[in-house]
This record gives sequence, C-alpha cells and structure tokens, in this order.
Amino acid sequence: MPDLSRPGPRTVPPGAGPAGSARRLAGLGVSQGRAAGPMIRMAGPPALPAPRPVTDPAAEAATVAKALEAVTADLNRRAAAARSHPSEEQDRATGGRAGASEAAEILEALAMMAEDPMLLEEAERRALDGADAAHALDAAFAQHRDALAELGGYLAERAADLDDLKHRAVAFALGLPMPGLPAPGHPYVLVAEDLSPADTAGLGPDVLALVTERGGPTSHTAILARGRGLPAVVACAGVMDLPDGTVIGVDGGTGEITTGLTAERAAEIVAGERAERARLAAGSGPGRTADGHPVKLLLNIGSAKDLRPGAEGVGLFRTEFLFLDRTGAPSFEEQVAAYAEVFEQAETVIVRTLDAGTDKPLPFLGLPAEPNPALGVRGLRVDRVLPDVLDTQLDAIAEAARATGTQAWVMAPMVTTVAEAAGFAGRARERGIAKVGAMVEVPAAALRAGALLREVDFLSIGTNDLAQYTFAADRQHSELADLLDPRQPALLQLIGMCARAGREAGKPVGVCGEAAGDPLLAPLLAGLGVTSLSMAPVCVPAVREALAGLTLGECRRRAEEAVG
Amino acid sequence: MAQRTVAVASASGLHARPAKLFVQAAAKLEVPVTVRLGEKSVPAKSMLGVLSLGAVRGSEVTLEAEGPGAEEALDSLAALLSRDLDAEEALDA
Repeated sequence: MPDLSRPGPRTVPPGAGPAGSARRLAGLGVSQGRAAGPMIRMAGPPALPAPRPVTDPAAEAATVAKALEAVTADLNRRAAAARSHPSEEQDRATGGRAGASEAAEILEALAMMAEDPMLLEEAERRALDGADAAHALDAAFAQHRDALAELGGYLAERAADLDDLKHRAVAFALGLPMPGLPAPGHPYVLVAEDLSPADTAGLGPDVLALVTERGGPTSHTAILARGRGLPAVVACAGVMDLPDGTVIGVDGGTGEITTGLTAERAAEIVAGERAERARLAAGSGPGRTADGHPVKLLLNIGSAKDLRPGAEGVGLFRTEFLFLDRTGAPSFEEQVAAYAEVFEQAETVIVRTLDAGTDKPLPFLGLPAEPNPALGVRGLRVDRVLPDVLDTQLDAIAEAARATGTQAWVMAPMVTTVAEAAGFAGRARERGIAKVGAMVEVPAAALRAGALLREVDFLSIGTNDLAQYTFAADRQHSELADLLDPRQPALLQLIGMCARAGREAGKPVGVCGEAAGDPLLAPLLAGLGVTSLSMAPVCVPAVREALAGLTLGECRRRAEEAVG
Repeated sequence: MAQRTVAVASASGLHARPAKLFVQAAAKLEVPVTVRLGEKSVPAKSMLGVLSLGAVRGSEVTLEAEGPGAEEALDSLAALLSRDLDAEEALDA
C-alpha cells in the first residue's frame, strides 16, 4: 500500500543472486539498517470459537481461575525480568518513560488487574451458569472493559490493557499459545500485527529487527526501533502470513522484506550490516554535503545521560523527564542543576520548555481531561492556565546558563501564532536568554514562518506533529501510515517555506522530528534549506554519511522532485 | 459498621501507582473493606473496582468495614489515601 516517493530502492548487493524461492514484500522502512534471521510472529489475539456445550460447569470455573492465575504469573515473571535486566536503550527510546522500572510497574499493574477478585468472581459465575471457560472470561472482561471505557481519558487506556489481558486469558483457556513476546532462546526477527508499549516493554537483545503488518512512521514501533538502532519495517502487508521460522531479510531503509533466504545469504547480510555499522561509526566531523555545505548534526536528548560524542550539539533537550510523576513542579534549584549538567557537557544546547498537557498528562498540572487532547491545552498552551510553570523554567534555564558560562537557546513547543511567539520571546529575553526560538508543529506557524522569525531567533520543525496536524491524522493511527509519511509533498512544502523564511531572515531553521534521523530524508531536508538536523544519537553516523554522499545541488534536485 | 471519609491526596487521584499501592495494602488486610464514591461501592482489594470509581485528587471517598479489626484496617487505608503517593514515589525513584 504505501506510496514511498523515495529516491528509489537500494539495489540488492552483488552476490545476492535471486534465490529460487525468494519472495519480496514491501513495507515502509522506518529505522535504518539490515538484519536477517528466522522470524517469529507474536501470537495474535485468539479467535473465540462458537460456544461449546458444557457438561461440567465446575470444571469450566476451575479453568477460568487457572487461566487468570497463569496470566498473572506470566506478567509477574516478566515484571521481575524487566527489573533485573534494565535496558538503557529502551529508556532513551521513550524519553525515559518506559525504562526498566517503569516497564516493571506497568506489568505489575496489569498483573493486579488479572488477579482482580471481582473479575474472577464474575467469570466464575458465568462459568457456573453454563458458559464455557473462554466465553465466561470473554464476557467478564468485556463487562469491566466497558465500565472503564465509559470513564474516558486515562481509564479508557486501561480498557485497552484489559483487552490484552482478555486475549491472554482466553488463549490459555483454549489451549493456544499466550499472545505476547516470543522467547525462543535464539536471535529472531519479531513480526507482529502491531506493537504496543506493553508489548515492547520486555523487548530483549535477541530481537534482530521489527516488522509489523500495520503501524506508521511515527508509531510506537518506529520510535522505539530508531532509539535502539534496530532495523524496522512497518505497514508490511502479508508478513503475518509467513510461517514462523522463515529466514527473512529486513531492510529498514527501503522497507523491503526478502523471504526464502539461504543460511549463507542471511549470514552475509548480518556480516555486511556489522561492517557497515563499524564503517559508519568510524565517520566523524560536522555534517557536510559532498561540496562542503554545512548541515549541523544535533542530538535529541532527555537528560545529560543521553549525550554522546560525535554530534555538534543538542538540537532538542526535552525537559519533560524532570516533571514526570510529580505532584508539584520541580523546584528552581533542581531544574538549574539538571540544565547545568547538560550545558557543561555540550556546546550548543536548545532547551525545549515543558511539552506536556492534556495529550501527555502530568499529574502536577492537574489539567482536566479533554475529548480531543491533541487539539487542546498542550505545549505552550499550558502557559495560558499555569503561567508560573514556564516562568520558573525560564528562570532556571537562564540561571543554569549564567552558572556554566554558556549561551542558552530555548524554544517553546506548539507555538501557533506570531503573538504567542512574541510573548514567549519577550519573557525569555527579559531573563537574559540569548537565543529564543519557536517550534513549528502547527501548520498555522509554518505558514507564518517569516513573521515568526521577526520575533524569534530560530525555528525548529517537529515533523511528527506537523504531519499529524497537516494531514489531520493521529500520529499513532496505524491505518493512516501513508498520510503520516514524512515524504508527503504537502509536509515537505511546509518545511521548505520555513527554510526559505530562515534564509531570508538569515536565521537557522532546523528539523528535530523523526524525519531528521532518516538518512534517506536528511539530504532532502538539506535540499529544502534546513540548516540543522536533530536526531536520536544512534542515527547520527548514517545521516552524516548520507549528507556527505551528495552535493547541495543534488540534495536540492531531490527536494524538488519530492515536492513535485 | 465502621466508616472513614477521606479526600484523596495523590495528584493522579486513585489511579496508576496510588491505586496500585492502595489495592496492595487492602489485599493484605484480614477485613474486607469497601470504598464508596457517590453511588458506587467496590471492594478495596479490587484494582478494577477501585479504578472504576474514577476518583481524582480531592475526591471524598468513604471506606467501610465491619467486624473485629475494622477500625485499625480503616485507619491504615485512610492514612494511605491522605498521603500524596505520587510525590513519595518520585522521591523513591
């Protein structure tokens, strides 16, 4: 399905040879790199068969209890494993939100739902009334699910968790493998319909690549894979029809899946990828096109521990981590310390002020749930109701810059109007903050880029949200992957408008969304006139090399072709 | 019947971690305790029940129990509800 107006798929390397039974599937490459190995499908939700006549209700009730026990035990076991094998990568990939302990917390909370006495009682009652175990479980879960879904917001999300638990319990009752991450004991390519945060919470080092039948470029799968440097292909129709154990090749750049590989060919791909990564990692220096046009390579980080050498600064310092799980905003002193820690270690740092709101609720904000949080009080809009939060944050950034003798760059998320940008810039400058910027995530801001740049010193384009708002397509919506593809001409055109406005004003315009870390897109963005690319640390080497391979003229031509 | 009415002090209400801690504490008690918010009353040791109350910070919930040990059980759960469990978690982290 996806129309990938990519510059053309990479050719198969020499020696590949068309294997007799080789078949190719096309998906959307969302995380660069190649891998090959046996695939294992994550078991999907079990299909509920027609109700079965029951001869022994007590036995069905006993099966119900055993199924819930088994699900609980499995979740507790995974929670313990998550605690004992903390994965730093995972932490980075999700901005710290799904780190080891967070993953364990999620799994433990799920276990408590599975062992809920009301749920057990309800399911047992239905079994004793004559339902078979699977249907008794299904109905009992459905009842609780509906009760939570009706409450909306946070609780509606827990309803989705209940569906997951229901699938596990029903699978057990039917004697089917429990859905969830496979643990075959050898490296494998994980293939799934789609992956949820709960699925990936326990993702181990034995996973070689991710391939999903659904999902889009800004889906959870894509972001997780990029953060971990794991090749990934999403929206790959037909991949779930391949049998487990099939040796497949995955190209996370072109989105191509090759089946029917010989063991030798698979080993070649693995060795080739290892060599390629080593070669890329050896590259260094600032971002340049083949003819020396500079495009800064910057990092997206959540705290000082995400910093890596090899980049030219920090293009996006997300400050949300400081505010997570808090009932009150972190103190001025605490914020100064966290910002200073980053300022001391990196040359240029662009701090993004708190990007939260009803879309990413933080307890201390105490914002009421709203029916359409993506279009509600989020990002800079939180300042309308809670101005103190931004004042304290700006004070702390200014103080951290003074204390470390550095120049602070600060930008606001979700700027929509020129007046908002002017108000933000005024408050930042009166505190002595050197460079003030606005993020461009809303089409209204992109359309007014020139006017914005009369108020601020730089722009930074958040492509994920800009795509979501330009195409009126939810970032996480797996059926709308094609609309969220960053190669969509309308999105590129908006990016081009911002870059042109920057050139005219003589001010920098960067990209800090997922698109910036894609080596196939980076030259295109450079061709549009973007002056910096900010990405997850693992993406830097490949983007550096992609830029170095083309002249600015070639980048421009690609951009023109893509915009059409 | 012993009763306590307490305002939920945790920032995220009786959801997420606070709900988990509350339900874990209730499950350890010998006495069955119910939590009531408005019309709705659920067993305190039921995660799904407690979540379905939709209690937010400041919601006044009533704890009820009967029999020996009821008073002590209610005291311990009431004390838990009147603490800001989100803040304590953050400090532990």
